[in-house]
Amino acid sequence: MDRFRMIFQYFQSSSESVMNGICGLLALASVKMYTCFDFSCPCLPQYNMTYGLGIMFVPPIILFLCGLILNRQSLLMLDEWRRPEGHRKKDLAVIRYMCSSIMQRATVAPVIWIIVTLLDGKCLICAFSGSMDPEKFVRFANVTPVQVEQLLAKVPCKDDELMRNNISHKAVSRYLRCWSQALGWSILLILIVAAFLARWLRPCFNQAALMQARHWSNYIDIEQKIFEETCCEHSRLFAHKCILHFFESMQQEIKLHRFNMPREGEGDEGEEDLLQGITDQDKVNKLLKTWYYEKPPMDVSQATQR
Amino acid sequence: MDKFRMIFQFFQSNQESFMNGICGIMALASTQMYSAFDFNCPCLPHYNMAYGLGILLVPPFILFLLGFVLNNNISMLAEEWRRPQGQRGKDSAVLRYMFCSMAQRAMIAPAVWVSVTLLDGKCITCAFCTSVPVETLGNTSHPLLSQGEIQRVLARIPCKEIYNGQELIANEVAVRYLRCISQALGWCFVLLMTTLAFLVRSLRPCFSQAAFLKSRYWSHYIDIERKLFDETCAEHARSFAKVCIQQFFEGMSTDLVAARCHLPRKAPEDAGEASKKLLGITDRGTMNMALKSWHRCKPPLHLHSPAFPSGNGWAGEGQPPVYPSVPRRETAAYYSLV
Repeated sequence: MDRFRMIFQYFQSSSESVMNGICGLLALASVKMYTCFDFSCPCLPQYNMTYGLGIMFVPPIILFLCGLILNRQSLLMLDEWRRPEGHRKKDLAVIRYMCSSIMQRATVAPVIWIIVTLLDGKCLICAFSGSMDPEKFVRFANVTPVQVEQLLAKVPCKDDELMRNNISHKAVSRYLRCWSQALGWSILLILIVAAFLARWLRPCFNQAALMQARHWSNYIDIEQKIFEETCCEHSRLFAHKCILHFFESMQQEIKLHRFNMPREGEGDEGEEDLLQGITDQDKVNKLLKTWYYEKPPMDVSQATQR
Repeated sequence: MDKFRMIFQFFQSNQESFMNGICGIMALASTQMYSAFDFNCPCLPHYNMAYGLGILLVPPFILFLLGFVLNNNISMLAEEWRRPQGQRGKDSAVLRYMFCSMAQRAMIAPAVWVSVTLLDGKCITCAFCTSVPVETLGNTSHPLLSQGEIQRVLARIPCKEIYNGQELIANEVAVRYLRCISQALGWCFVLLMTTLAFLVRSLRPCFSQAAFLKSRYWSHYIDIERKLFDETCAEHARSFAKVCIQQFFEGMSTDLVAARCHLPRKAPEDAGEASKKLLGITDRGTMNMALKSWHRCKPPLHLHSPAFPSGNGWAGEGQPPVYPSVPRRETAAYYSLV
């Protein structure tokens, strides 16, 4: 009983910790994905911007959707939102609380991707190298505009033959990387300050309502789990009764068709009960065949009334 | 009861998590397979496309079929689909639910393979290198030969060591272009798959939650019922075997008594458990005969009822038991009545 209680407590506390764990795993996965991904800027005038900004914004959308899919609570929230009212009223505060906690957890991994991308700098260099002002960079000043565009587009590709001997490309890269890192650190700072303020100032506003919402959202989660467990237990008992009923009906059928020695109940103990009157190869074969061809109806009311 | 419930919960949660675990293992296996696979573009005009698209599309198909094969529930689905109706109606919603959940899990490893392939870029580079737009990326003013020759040169783009068209179009430019397109396709594919998964998962509670709960319950029920039936049959077989063997030994001991004229039933009341378990076989010769008889002439799969309740029967005092009028298929020499 104690062990059961310990496991149940773990079970109960683990719903939040499971979600935090998934959130952390997705964050790690996003960093790993970025390092594994082989970023290769096309270095062509029209494609750079699309590629750079695409790599910066499409994976965060994917990570956000993954965060929503993998979170069990999102299904619970939708369920609670769409269910018919029945005998239980709906509490919008609980639904709002669940929604906000889901959103908060789901935005962690995308934000990490964006920040890592900005701090690394490759995406922004690729996207905006074509939009630089050539006047600032001396070496590019005495070529035609079309060539300028092409040269600027090739800046992210350091090992291109045109770039190897050109030192202005380093200036462009450094400039863009500096901007990118500044942007990255600023976003990180703003987010952390916002999180800090939100957490610190929350108790000042409506703490009681918050506690209620959290309690009831936890309750909905546990109730759903226990419902599923009870259904499983019930289906196991149902199956057990159904099969026993099936064996007994086979026994009766055998008694009707073949005149065996009448088996009184009092002499039989132990093994004979388990055999249920099925005592030779033919009977076993018949039982198995009947099980396949004519499964018993899902109705154990006769068995329970006996 | 509590322990039973705990174990059962673990079992039940274990089956779903077991399936998810297999799914995850297959996804990891597909990435590992891809990195272990030595991609070798043929660099010939017509073979490139076939090779590239083949590597992109054939392994996912294999992984999809493998996902079905490794799923235990496929046989359950097939059995439920093909069984005669009998006394139990068939619910097509349950069949659909089972099939959908298996198909969803089986699609993950192929999707991972396709994404990794596209994001890596080698397959698309190999397949479409002959379609690179030379006019925009290279210089077509180069005095080269016919279309066929250009195709042959372009086909060598993935193989840097033998590439000889640097004047026509620079190798790095072409590779970067193709890889950029491949990665864009890869990310779009991943986005599409994730959006589909999200829609499927989030629209379900809005539309058919009750039907879903019903289908899920009954599909679990069918699984549990099948397992319980197997367990019950195994228990039955065990009891059957036990009684059969017991009757064999009893028959042997009767036979020996008849054949060797031992003192009948010297069942000493003070002998104790161990002696009773010897079933009348107390020397090497007898045991050897028993073993030989077990090998040469196994008893029929037909248990006669133990018609000799204690205190009656053997000693000859009561009437001999009434045997059933069932025709016996095999002669059993040791059913001799004394």
